[in-house]
Amino acid sequence: MLSADISTVLPELILAVSAMGLLMFGVYTSKDKAAPLILWATAGLMAVLGLWIAVAGDGAQTAFNGAFVDDAFSRFAKVVILFSAALILIMSQDYLAKQNLLRFEYPILVALAVVGMMMMVSAGDLLALYVGLELQSLSLYVVASMNRTSVKSTEAGLKYFVLGALSSGMLLYGASFVYGYTGTTLFSDIVASVEGEHLPIGMLIGLVFIMTGLAFKVSAVPFHMWTPDVYEGAPTPITAFFATAPKVAAMALFARVVFDAFGATVGDWSQIVALISVLSMFLGSIAAIGQKNIKRLMAYSSIAHMGFALMGLAAGTETGVQAMLIYMAIYVTMNLGTFAFILSLEKDGKPVTDIASLNQYSTREPLRALALLVLMFSLSGVPPMLGFFGKFWVLNAAVQGGLVWLAVAGVIASVIGAFYYLRIVYYMYFGEETDPLDRPTSPVLWGVLMVSAAVMVLGIVNMFGVEAMAKAAAVALVN
Amino acid sequence: MVGLEHYLAVAAALFVIGIFGIFLNRKNVIVILMSIELMLLAVNINFVAFSSFLGDLVGQVFTLFILTVAAAEAAIGLAILVVFFRNRGTIAVEDVNVMKG
Repeated sequence: MLSADISTVLPELILAVSAMGLLMFGVYTSKDKAAPLILWATAGLMAVLGLWIAVAGDGAQTAFNGAFVDDAFSRFAKVVILFSAALILIMSQDYLAKQNLLRFEYPILVALAVVGMMMMVSAGDLLALYVGLELQSLSLYVVASMNRTSVKSTEAGLKYFVLGALSSGMLLYGASFVYGYTGTTLFSDIVASVEGEHLPIGMLIGLVFIMTGLAFKVSAVPFHMWTPDVYEGAPTPITAFFATAPKVAAMALFARVVFDAFGATVGDWSQIVALISVLSMFLGSIAAIGQKNIKRLMAYSSIAHMGFALMGLAAGTETGVQAMLIYMAIYVTMNLGTFAFILSLEKDGKPVTDIASLNQYSTREPLRALALLVLMFSLSGVPPMLGFFGKFWVLNAAVQGGLVWLAVAGVIASVIGAFYYLRIVYYMYFGEETDPLDRPTSPVLWGVLMVSAAVMVLGIVNMFGVEAMAKAAAVALVN
Repeated sequence: MVGLEHYLAVAAALFVIGIFGIFLNRKNVIVILMSIELMLLAVNINFVAFSSFLGDLVGQVFTLFILTVAAAEAAIGLAILVVFFRNRGTIAVEDVNVMKG
């Protein structure tokens, strides 16, 4: 029994144990001099685990009496999380080394956060959910304030910590009600204990609190206040990390909770999800317009994108979950490319994040400017790019789920949002002449940017088979 | 006779005090940390009360987990607060405003 359980959680176990082993290695050897080695080892391990889960995973197993679920849904999310986290680690090496921030704890904290995320997407029990979520959050609070000598970075960490802890408290309060009214913390038992079409009032309170906590983690309006500050304050590679893997994990956890634990009463939660979805889309699109800092802009952009992903969830159907997963996969790919671009922006050896510094970028770096143009078009959802298909999927799911008003609102929000993405393109191609930025040197960032942009164009042929994988994942979750 | 609802009422009151402590407090970040702790303890009261009422041990196990994680959380929160203080020279809530979100 135990050996079967352990073999189910083996990827998480390997990552957790090696993170701790590498911590020991770092402490007892050369400390920060070992940082590049530890960073590459962690990134390599995560990539190998991602491949392993993608290739070897099959069927649906549960471990530890149902507290841990390994199915197609969790595997899809885990593969996206592991690959994006590995890429972010590799992308961050040059930047952090230049800023004198390449500490050996950084890859280890990222690895522990990834273990937490993997537990989140596999959670089958409120307790497993809570522990996974906290493992992820606690690691993220620390990496957000990793630049110890910067007021902005520590302030970002402090704000993230306070609001994150508040959201965990909300989630737990909800969990205590769900436990009290069902007598169990296991998702499968919770869903079985609901009779009829609607939840009893105690469980409804619990559900609302749990969803509040989760909305904090996906930075959905009205619980988004921390996002712009944390994105701006944290060092850029860490912002890139925040924008990708944790968002996927939180979104997948959201889907896991509403379907596995409350799947019998879709009507009760789908209206709440629809509401936060429409609010996020509009706030993300409108508030980003006045931003001058590209990291803040990406924060509002991610809020808007979370709104779109939640739209798929609000549909409450299998197609909706499939659309949400496809959207998240595309979103992560776009963000990796965009942040690879942002990471390479430098002037006199110092990083810049001012949008106005992109003036006339296309005359100096035509290929990079073109790649960013493709990514910006894709982020805003201009038709030939992959981003459009992501939006098309969620809109389609919303219409099929009977939420036509939500789909219409989504289209309006995406038109508003197009303005600020296109403004970046405008600066690059038609802006006024200003002092040029340094010539980017990092081949890694160049590669990630180009591959991501190429995916946005080439992916329209068959989406690299993501559709079918997301379909299998959605079937595993909803049925 | 003290019943389940009394415990739930106490927990709800503590939880609300915790939330208000976070949002209304204009003085000190330490007070925010205490408020967070208060919220988590309110949740613990809920869990233990339900656990004893249901005759089921899972709630108490959950409480132990929350206590442990809360300790780790407080440690990290205080550590972040210390580095913030070193940079800014103050921990007043109104001074946590370099970035306006």
